[in-house]
Amino acid sequence: MDITLRVNGATRTGSAEPRKTLADFLREDLDLTGTHLGCEHGVCGACTVLVDGRAVRSCLMLAVQAAGSEVTTIEGLARDGEMSTVQQAMWDSHSFQCGFCTPGFVMQATAFLSAHPDADEQQIREALSGNICRCTGYQSIIDGVLLAAERNRQG
Amino acid sequence: MKLPAVEYEAPETVAEAVDLLAEHEDEASVLAGGQSLIPLLALRLARPATLIDINGLHELSGVSASNGWVAVGAMTREYVAEDSTVIADTVPLLAAALPLIGHEAIRNRGTIGGSLAHADPSAELPAVALALDAELVVRSRSGERVIPAASWFEGFLATTRGADELLVEVRFPRAALGTGVSFTEVARRHGDFAIVGLAASVTLSDGAISDARLAFCGVSDVPVRAAEAEDLLVGEGPSASLFEEAARLATADLDPPADLHGSSEYRKQVAATLVRRGLHAAVGNADERR
Repeated sequence: MDITLRVNGATRTGSAEPRKTLADFLREDLDLTGTHLGCEHGVCGACTVLVDGRAVRSCLMLAVQAAGSEVTTIEGLARDGEMSTVQQAMWDSHSFQCGFCTPGFVMQATAFLSAHPDADEQQIREALSGNICRCTGYQSIIDGVLLAAERNRQG
Repeated sequence: MKLPAVEYEAPETVAEAVDLLAEHEDEASVLAGGQSLIPLLALRLARPATLIDINGLHELSGVSASNGWVAVGAMTREYVAEDSTVIADTVPLLAAALPLIGHEAIRNRGTIGGSLAHADPSAELPAVALALDAELVVRSRSGERVIPAASWFEGFLATTRGADELLVEVRFPRAALGTGVSFTEVARRHGDFAIVGLAASVTLSDGAISDARLAFCGVSDVPVRAAEAEDLLVGEGPSASLFEEAARLATADLDPPADLHGSSEYRKQVAATLVRRGLHAAVGNADERR
């Protein structure tokens, strides 16, 4: 089936079998391999992207269902080579080790902070509880997102 | 794993969807939010020949209140219901359960109807629907049928929906004056499947309990109502000893399944604890609602 959608601000078209997930479509057809696939059944959160501004698991959505949507992936966050606030704060806080889970955490944190700019640590922990990291022990990730929230508030 | 090859239909009206269901019956699965069905496909636990994607049926999204009932369209996404002031004001038990469903990214796609049609016994919404005596409206070529929640849940991931029927709406009764609610659950991690959960609703009038509703998730292959405990509570004034006795009655006949998250005995003990906690919490916020 033919699919036309907006990805990171640009109109993209492609063709996919109905069974192809949005995650595989982004990676294989649009060469946007920043979106990672961990469990492929909605548990790990690594494949989180924004669809029409809301965080969704791209392994639990068919590519054909994203037709007409505005999708943002990890590749769409930086502006003119400058990392987004969440990216920079997570970089500064050493919020990753192997980096496999990082795109999912960054996208989930980006969506959450834009809706909840005043979130405290407990709310951030809850918001990120659906994303799995096997390296960091999470503390540095929480630190990074808290730092991003603080920087966002300071403008 | 990748999804198996499957035919795909995307009807644009309920009438088209119902025609497709009549044509494919058991060979088709209805795709709503996909947060349970797509994992089942990926794990090869479901192998439908055809997916009937109802995400294009905008007529099935929305919340409306009338005549003591709140009607929620089957395709209403969980985050929309969570943000709904109508639901917060009139069906507080549903409002209490919604934030506990999965994680934010799951609720952004998952739907009210999808959860009830999937009928996972450890999910929150089936327990809420059972506790509140919600009504499920299904449509087929031969018309509409209204099924009380008490006769909707048939077994593990099984409902009394006919293969040619589409769940189109869920109706929840408006909470009476003086009603307090709680949804308490024990899970390994916020957002994980509940090991045991309890939907509790208590209505107070003149200091006595005039209506009590208790339904568990995670203790059987279907959600379970604690009718004997409810009968005990009605007419009494809330007290710790009353809740203790209600917890005993509510769990006396439970024989929960055992898995790596907990033995049957553990689940039973958690269930009794949740009855005490849930009733305290519900009575505690009963005065806040006029």
